[in-house]
Amino acid sequence: MSALSDAAAVERPPAPPRTWSRERTIGVVLLALWAALGLGLLLFLINAWDPDIFSRYAPYYLSGLVVTVTLVGLSIVIGAVLSIPIAYARMSSNRLLSAFAYGYVYFFRGTPLIAQTFLIYYGLGQFREELQAVGLWTFFRDAWYCAVTAFSLNTAAYQAEILRGAIESVPKGQWEGAASLGLSKLQTLRKVILPQALIVALRPYGNEIVLMIKGSAIVAIITVYDLMGETRRAYSRTFDFQTYIWAAIIYLAIVETLRHIVDWIERGLTRHLKR
Amino acid sequence: MRISLRIALAASAAMLAIGAAQAQELTLKIGTEGAYPPFNNLTPDGKLEGFDIDIANALCEEMKAKCEFVTQDWDGIIPALQAGKYDAIIASMSITDERKKQVDFTQKYYNTPPAIAVPKDSDVKDVSPESLAGKTLGVQGSTTHSNFAEAKYGESDIKMYPTADEYKLDLANGRTDAAMDDVIVLSEWLDTPDGACCKLLGTIAPDEAIHGPGAGIAIRKGEDELREKFNAAINAIRANGKYKEINDKYFDFDAYGGES
Repeated sequence: MSALSDAAAVERPPAPPRTWSRERTIGVVLLALWAALGLGLLLFLINAWDPDIFSRYAPYYLSGLVVTVTLVGLSIVIGAVLSIPIAYARMSSNRLLSAFAYGYVYFFRGTPLIAQTFLIYYGLGQFREELQAVGLWTFFRDAWYCAVTAFSLNTAAYQAEILRGAIESVPKGQWEGAASLGLSKLQTLRKVILPQALIVALRPYGNEIVLMIKGSAIVAIITVYDLMGETRRAYSRTFDFQTYIWAAIIYLAIVETLRHIVDWIERGLTRHLKR
Repeated sequence: MRISLRIALAASAAMLAIGAAQAQELTLKIGTEGAYPPFNNLTPDGKLEGFDIDIANALCEEMKAKCEFVTQDWDGIIPALQAGKYDAIIASMSITDERKKQVDFTQKYYNTPPAIAVPKDSDVKDVSPESLAGKTLGVQGSTTHSNFAEAKYGESDIKMYPTADEYKLDLANGRTDAAMDDVIVLSEWLDTPDGACCKLLGTIAPDEAIHGPGAGIAIRKGEDELREKFNAAINAIRANGKYKEINDKYFDFDAYGGES
């Protein structure tokens, strides 16, 4: 203990004098530029502030925000449930099963969400008679259900890959070690593998939610008026660009909140790794 | 490309006729939507056609201008004009007070009433808001029709679509009970096989405060010279029969509406 404090007391060489190196100058100039941009934006918003527009469109924005959050929240949860069997199939040694899961993931990750949403809503609308015959039309008639279906199927593909990657990142020796202790496969997964895999998966999960929040901005094409849809409506009435700036600020706030939540969860999960 | 070439040829032919010395070349870019038949739409091979396009070509010929078309999504059509992507919008844009705060308009070049279409087996009796209460009504978003629907058909469930194509799809497959748009747009669609599902319920008296005096050409604010040129050209093609020729190609009545 005393040796340690002795070491801390050792006199250090004086810090080198701070000079205006090229890197430092560029850095300061860039920072000043960003600060000026931020200030300009703030000034614009203060200048453009119009209580009339605010009182008229704030309720629309709020209902749009609720739609966005509910849609993404619901889709992420349904997608998470769906992703478990898909990830399982993907890792299965059954060739047919894994090929099917591979095809699913390949399709949903390889095509744009806007195309998938359009196909599920307008595409299935062409098969009204068939859907009515099997009693599915009441479900697919509704734009909201179509949106949730499209978004859930899409995020399930991404989440399955995150899950698979995370589980496969845990060394095989852990499975073997658990087996030698007489743990069943399911017990091993729950008690040994998942706690380690989740640390790996947490960040990609956070990214996926952020991407879904931003990706959901296309849902107005099928008449579900989310935050972006309401923004466009407000813009088409006012032709005022601040409508879009407000939308950007709200999206930024959601993403920032999520980031902090993920940080907080990570601190909890990695307690044992902290020194 | 082909269209502008043809205009260029027509324009140069006209110039030769009146003596090329005095003609000065005016080049204009015209913005349009390209998804609003029969006024402006893209053919399967990607060419623009329709009433707006023919009128635009006639006006350009009248002004001895070389015109080029740019297609642009409806939601961004005014900002793109302001950003200088093109010089005028000829896309069946209704002249409204809200839009006049952002852009200048020429006089109208046509004015037709809104209407409502319903499936053939529909039980909706007439176009009144009372008859449509509780029904789902499809409209194109950011249009005078959507503003009108929101203002007057509050009892109906209003669904807003990005273009006319989508509300047509949803009316045909039964997701909506009715659709509201310009009478000509609806009739044109009802005559095609895709529109066989549905019928025209009737026209609605336009509300001047919402629908405005008709469709005009939008230009950037303060470009009075261009506006006057367009106005003169509209009057000229009305007078010399060119307007009637184009009108008759599409409609069996005068789309211009009353003289204002």
